[in-house]
Amino acid sequence: MNDLNKQAFAPYHNDFLSEVEERVEDGAWVKMCMQCGVCAGSCPLGDAWEHTPQKIFMMIRAGKREEVLTSDSMWMCTSCYNCIVRCPRKLPITHIMHGLAHYAHRLGIAPKGQPTRVLNRLFWNNLVKTGRVNELKFSLAMYFKDGVVRGIKNALGMQAIGLGLMKAKRLNPMELLGGHKCKDQVGIHKMVSKAREIEERKKGFTS
Amino acid sequence: MTKRQYAFYPGCSSQKGASASNFVTSIQMMCEKLGMQLNEIPDWNCCGASIGYGEGGELPRLVLNARNLALAEQHLPGQDMVSGCPACWLATRETAERLNEFDDLLAETNEALKEAGLNLKGTVKARHIVEVLVEDVGFEKMKQAVVKPLQELKIAGYVGCQTNRPFGIAGESFENPQYLDKMIEAVGAEAVASYDQKVTCCGGALAFSEPDKSQKQIRDIVESAYDHGAEMIVTPCQLCQANVEIYQSEINKKQGTNFAMPVVYYSQLMTVAYGGGVKQAGLDGHVIQPKKLQDIAG
Repeated sequence: MNDLNKQAFAPYHNDFLSEVEERVEDGAWVKMCMQCGVCAGSCPLGDAWEHTPQKIFMMIRAGKREEVLTSDSMWMCTSCYNCIVRCPRKLPITHIMHGLAHYAHRLGIAPKGQPTRVLNRLFWNNLVKTGRVNELKFSLAMYFKDGVVRGIKNALGMQAIGLGLMKAKRLNPMELLGGHKCKDQVGIHKMVSKAREIEERKKGFTS
Repeated sequence: MTKRQYAFYPGCSSQKGASASNFVTSIQMMCEKLGMQLNEIPDWNCCGASIGYGEGGELPRLVLNARNLALAEQHLPGQDMVSGCPACWLATRETAERLNEFDDLLAETNEALKEAGLNLKGTVKARHIVEVLVEDVGFEKMKQAVVKPLQELKIAGYVGCQTNRPFGIAGESFENPQYLDKMIEAVGAEAVASYDQKVTCCGGALAFSEPDKSQKQIRDIVESAYDHGAEMIVTPCQLCQANVEIYQSEINKKQGTNFAMPVVYYSQLMTVAYGGGVKQAGLDGHVIQPKKLQDIAG
């Protein structure tokens, strides 16, 4: 266990449910699940989840901390919100899955190199930098996430699509040189840092 | 006619040269004809979209959206905030609702907003353009503005996820919403009533990180449009439009299909039906050419 993870685990030990309730976004809803399985059956990527949301809710109650947090299941969420609207108990399932994924990521124990985890980090860093997403830099960063050789291969594979979008004026190569941005970038950076600081304080992260 | 005024939040993909820039082009004439004036929120920022959660967490994400709400509140008082992009709308509306419900979250948000010289009271309503069209304009007015009915066009109305869930358009069902079909019919085209992939997920942002899983979804969406005799797909969502249009060539390459199904926005149909040309309707912004619609536009 890394230090941050140890420190998170210490006050709760095997009471993983309490840990989730107190530290994961919308975690207080978990105990409301009645195990009907509608979420599992409604997920467009359901087959790809090692543990479906239904199973994750039961695993949390059963104290399967390690298995839940190191799983790549939550990272399969496409944010389609099918589970939310169909849940008979009105659990905000999408938010809980996002919350668990973020918590595992924050503790540094989410699966390393998991593509959607990487995507999340690249996307957030890209948007916070200028206040707006730079689609070209974001796409390139994603293609090159596994190194230069793989990146060139990925980029070449997507070349036809890229050129098609350029021709349609929906991808601008000049975005590489800067591109769209907010005026008050300084304010945005300070604001996001402050929000992070408040959240860390509230959720009890000290480092 | 006095125009209805709205605080407009275009979102990143609608910027010039970005993946949905033709969407923003296509709404200009539609708004003009329907008496809507969209006033861009000064210096708006990204909403965090649906994949901001991993790195961003909860409060930083809420704060990003609160900044846009605060800017709208300050610069365009009394106006509803309108997004063209479902992800922008979802994030903004979720933020507005959460901050209205939880005083502690609002206080924390304002503590962070202060760093950017802003404060949010929480008076702004976050809406989607389709809501405005359905609720403020109405199908009858959408129909009355038609000068060139899109007769003989058979269209699959693909609503997708985030225009429909978790909020959706009031009074519509999540499983089979009718408004997009009604909009297609308002401009004189035929909506494929039996199109069974209407609310299927295209994979969203996972088109990047899980291409095979996402392309399986896209294949279903396109295939069903063909199976039901549709000549094109129409959607209200920027990411659905991009994903479903641009990955057809990849699916063809990998799976030996022969897809070339045009995917356009409802606003492009309306602009053409209201007398707009190819450029005004943003029909020059496609990878798969919507030939029939381009021909009607002239």
